Order: sequence, then structure tokens, then C-alpha cells
Amino acid sequence: MSAAGTGVPGTAGPGSQDRSASADARASYRNTEQGDTTVSRLTAESVTLAYDQRVIAENLSVAVPDNSFTVIIGPNACGKSTLLRALSRMLKPSAGSVLLDGAAIDGYPAKQVARTLGLLPQSSIAPDGITVADLVARGRYPHQGLLRQWSREDERIVQESMAATGVGALGDRHVDELSGGQRQRVWIAMALAQQTPLLLLDEPTTYLDIQHQIEVLDLCADLHETQGRTLVAVLHDLNHAARYATHLIAMRDGRVVAEGAPGEVVTAELVERVFGLRCQVIDDPETGTPLVVPAARERRGARTPAGTPTAASAGAARPAGSPAP
Amino acid sequence: MTPSSRAPRTTPGTTGKTLRTRGGLSLRVDPRAALVVLLLLAVAAAAAVALIGTGDFPLPPGDVLRTLTGDGTPAQEFIVRDLRLPRVLVGLLVGASLGLAGAVFQSVSRNPLGSPDVIGFGQGAAAGALVVIVLFHGDPFAVAAGAVAGGVATGLAVYLLAWRKGIHGYRLVLVGIGAAAVLTGVRDYLMTKAGLVDATRSMVWMVGSLNGRDWSQVWPLLCVAAVLFPVVLGHGRALRMLEMGDDAAYALGVRAERTRVVVMGAAVLLTAAATAAAGPVTFVALAAPQIARRLTRATGPNLPASACMGAVLLIGADWGSQRLFGADRLPVGALTGMLGGCYLLWLLFTERKAGRV
Repeated sequence: MSAAGTGVPGTAGPGSQDRSASADARASYRNTEQGDTTVSRLTAESVTLAYDQRVIAENLSVAVPDNSFTVIIGPNACGKSTLLRALSRMLKPSAGSVLLDGAAIDGYPAKQVARTLGLLPQSSIAPDGITVADLVARGRYPHQGLLRQWSREDERIVQESMAATGVGALGDRHVDELSGGQRQRVWIAMALAQQTPLLLLDEPTTYLDIQHQIEVLDLCADLHETQGRTLVAVLHDLNHAARYATHLIAMRDGRVVAEGAPGEVVTAELVERVFGLRCQVIDDPETGTPLVVPAARERRGARTPAGTPTAASAGAARPAGSPAP
Repeated sequence: MTPSSRAPRTTPGTTGKTLRTRGGLSLRVDPRAALVVLLLLAVAAAAAVALIGTGDFPLPPGDVLRTLTGDGTPAQEFIVRDLRLPRVLVGLLVGASLGLAGAVFQSVSRNPLGSPDVIGFGQGAAAGALVVIVLFHGDPFAVAAGAVAGGVATGLAVYLLAWRKGIHGYRLVLVGIGAAAVLTGVRDYLMTKAGLVDATRSMVWMVGSLNGRDWSQVWPLLCVAAVLFPVVLGHGRALRMLEMGDDAAYALGVRAERTRVVVMGAAVLLTAAATAAAGPVTFVALAAPQIARRLTRATGPNLPASACMGAVLLIGADWGSQRLFGADRLPVGALTGMLGGCYLLWLLFTERKAGRV
């Protein structure tokens, strides 16, 4: 990836000048749950999340560590996408609140939040016949006004965002004629052009072929590592989550079951607790991160899982880069 | 405001030219769309002059222009200033209002069928006017007020019925078509209750027409347009963002539902005011945004081009009907209705081929 050379600078974003007073609030808000001093700009404080009358989660508290690549996992209908919608202010909690820099997120002007926190929604509609460059340029909207529609900075950031996502050569192509993977990279480029220090992605790899899934996740890892952005993604694939996340949040039935570094969180016991699936957790031969291997059909049928203790111990003692069995 | 002097590194694929000032202000202009708007304005002006010159006492364009600038004979002054100019101004304003309202609703519903004359606002205004004519035998002013009230009430009802965590394309169109059917029934029922005089008056009113429009129709319409055009055009950029879906727009800092309520409210008022002034003129709100879009080839709601296109269509249709059928024989609404029916069929046909209907 060429992102290292063309890293989009200024991830603090022009929005930061509006928040001059919030630095104190940010410093005072610390994630004390784990007893460390991780600072979290984005937190959910005992929120209740519901669609109409259907309650998805109650009294849920989550803190997104700054500069992390946080991945939320869990079975279908566990509330992970709902949580992401709440964190990105698409869904207003019926109780509790989502805090950005220590203040309720829905108290900020919409454009100001949009300069701090970006979202890649699960479904977006590319307007008919729009070009790639025009779509990416729309990411600059929160930085623009009626009489400031297109600054030189807008121009530069759009170009850099397109280069960082590898769609720089596609500028004049129509979005509807691109492949699924290219299209997803264009949408990510649009979110990048928004220049937000926080970026939330709702299942960014769904409906993509495996090579495009990896491509998109590599891109996310690049953005996290080289540009220092805080990323939060909902992913379906446990192994992808374990490989790419720096902070993992495992959810079930609207509650956080476990969170922390993937190496500590992903164990056979946890996978069974969260997903109800017997499995072994071995070392990923490529990266040394946990790799979940579902138990064979016969073993899953058996009441006494012989594999579990060994898998758990394998998960506990993990020599980095150990070869495959 | 001058075009940027230093060589701008423009991104390939972005449409439009940028005008920048030293103070850091910048405007983004799509040259093709701007050209289309200018040409449409020129066509509308030319058609207006031609229309003023058309009638039982034809006037060549030179005389029309001379009279407009105050150098005509008293007879010409009377014909142009008192008889024909207000009629043409009503035509321009009604056409522009309908074009703009159509562009708003087609953008909000993401559907070319989502225009006010399909989803019941025109019918609502007509029903409101008929209630005043048939039940209260009101004067023209009361009829206009009834039309506005009917249009606004229909807009509110359709919005509330179609609302389900926001307003979404097909739901709005389907609820609107249902409302249009109900209102057409109400209108027909009122006609059976009407005496001969009221029935005739209703029929004349219901076929949109510019005949006999005078300054008392121009001023209210001009006031409404002067307030609501800037409101709608000011939300044009937010409306563009909304076309990517609510989540994407909201993530970019657009208050989705608030934007929609404001522009839809403005569009309903524009439609109602236009209907109050000229009766229910069909086809313009449906076709103007579609034709404008094909001319500008730009994404987004194309608001200014749609408004200009609406004015051109209405004035052009009025001029055409007078040329073809003689002065004041065929009301403009009848001609736009016939053209509109054909256009609607063609639209449905192409939409079906594209797999969207």
C-alpha cells in the first residue's frame, strides 16, 4: 500500500479548533475500568438502545480507546451494529448517553461532529452517473459552507484520500461501473476526505470477495498505523477481527462479554460462550494472532469436548510467530 | 471574484470549475449546468416576449420591448402592461415554482414519479378550490385561498401517512398516489353536487389556465417565490448529500429529516401557490426536472435548471396552444396534460426497461 508515503496529515482535523475547551474534558475522562490510563474520546455511558419498543441492549457501557483499531464482534442480532449506530449518533439512546470528548454527542452541531467522527454506513447509494472524484469530494461537505464550497485544501485532501485508498487513477470513472472492492474503497476514500480523527465502519467487508476483504482490512490497518486514526469496525469474521484489531469487543445479547487485546480475549472458551460454537484456537501461522478453527462435526456432537482444554492452553501460551502444527 | 490565477491542480474526474477570492471564499460552478441555466433564461425571456406579442392584436417583438421600456402608444401600453404582461409573469412564476417543487420531490423520493402532480398535491389544491366554489360560492380570492389550504393539508396528510422513521422513496410515491385517487373522487363528488354555474366555473378552474390572469395573481405569487426560492436553493447542497442515503448524509453532518421537512414544506407551498394562481397545471413539475437533468448531465437535484425549465415549458406550452388553436381557445393545462400523459407513459416504459418499475 502506498498510504505510508501519501499519509493524509492533519487528522486532528479543523474541527479541533472548535473544541479548544474540550481538551480538559478529554483529559479528565479516562477509562478507569481497566485500571489503566487509556484515554477515550468516544464512549457510551450505560446506554439503552432500542428500535421502537424492541430493546436491543440495556445499560451498556463501552469506551473506544484512542488510537486503537477497535473491532466489535458477536453473533447476529447481538447488538453490535446497533452499538455502532449509537456511537455514530445515527441512533439516539433511549437512556444513557454517548459522549464525544466528554460531552453528549447530540449536543454538538451536526457539522462539527462530522469533522470529528466519520462513519462508513452499511448501505449507501451512489447517485446515478456520479464520478469517483465527485463522490470522494462529497466527503469535504462538513468543512464547507455556502460561500466556501471548494478550497485548495479540499482539492488536496481529496487527491490524497484517493491516493491513500488506491483509487487515484479512477477519478473520472463512474462509480456504478466499478467492482465491489473498488467501490468500497471509494466510499472509504470519501470517509477519509472527511478528515476525522475517529472513523467508524459498519461491516466494511460484507458482500466482498476474500481478496477484497483483505484489501479493505489492510487499508484500515494502514490508516490506523500510519495516520494514527482511531478506527471502530463491526466485523463478521472472527479471524479477521483477531488479526487486525488492537482492541476487541465481544458482544452477546446486548452485553459486552469480553474486551481487550485479541490475544487475551479470543479463547475457545470465549468463542463458545459468545457464539455457542466449539472450536480450537491456534496461532495464526502468518501473524501469530489467534485463529479460530471450528471443531469437526463429530466432535461438536460429542458431549465431552476433548479439544477444549488443549485449545485453551494453546491460547494462553502463544509464542509469537510459532509455526503451524 | 476572479478565477484562480495560479495553476490549480484540479483532480481529474471532479466536475466543475472553482471561483476563489483572496479572502478564502470559493464557489463551485458546473460550467455546463450554468450554461444550461443561462440558455433557459434566454429562451424563457424570448418566449415571454413572443407570448406578449401573441393574441387578437398581434404585436411584433420590437413593439413589445419598446412598450415594456415605456415607449409604447397608449393602446399598446394597455394591451401589454394591463392584459398580457401579468399573464406572462404568472406563467413564468407558476412554471418555475412547479419545476422547483418537482425537483425537490423527485430528489427526496429518489423517483421521477415523485412529483407533486402525481402524488396528490395538485389534486389536493384542486379539491380545496372546488370546496370553496361549490359549497361556499366564494370569490376568486377565496378560491385561491382554498387551493392553498387544500394543497397544504394534503401535503401534511401525505407526509404523516408516509412517515416511518423518516420519509422514503416508494412509500411517499405510493401514499401520494393513493391520496391523489381519493382527492379525485372527492372532486368528482363535489361536481355532482354543483349547480350549472358552479360546475362550469369549476371545470374552467380545473383545467389549468393563464387566461385572464392579472396583477392580483402576480403579487402573491411573487412574494411566495421571493421567500421560498432562496430557502429551497439554500438547501440544495444538503439535498445532494441526502441522495446518498440518510446515514451517509447524516455522517457528513446533514440533518436529514430536518432538511427534508424544510424543502418539502417549501415545495408544497410553492405547488399550492402555483395551483391557486393558475389552476392545476399538470406535467410541468413531472417533466421539468427530468429534462433539466438530461440537459445538464449533472448529478443532484439540479434545482436552478429545473426551475428555469419549468418556466420555459409553461410559457412555451401557452404560446404553442395560442399559436395552434387561437387565442384563449385551449387552456395551457389541457396541452400540458396531453403532453404530460405521453411523457409519463414513455417514462414508465423506460423505467420498466431499466428494471425499476
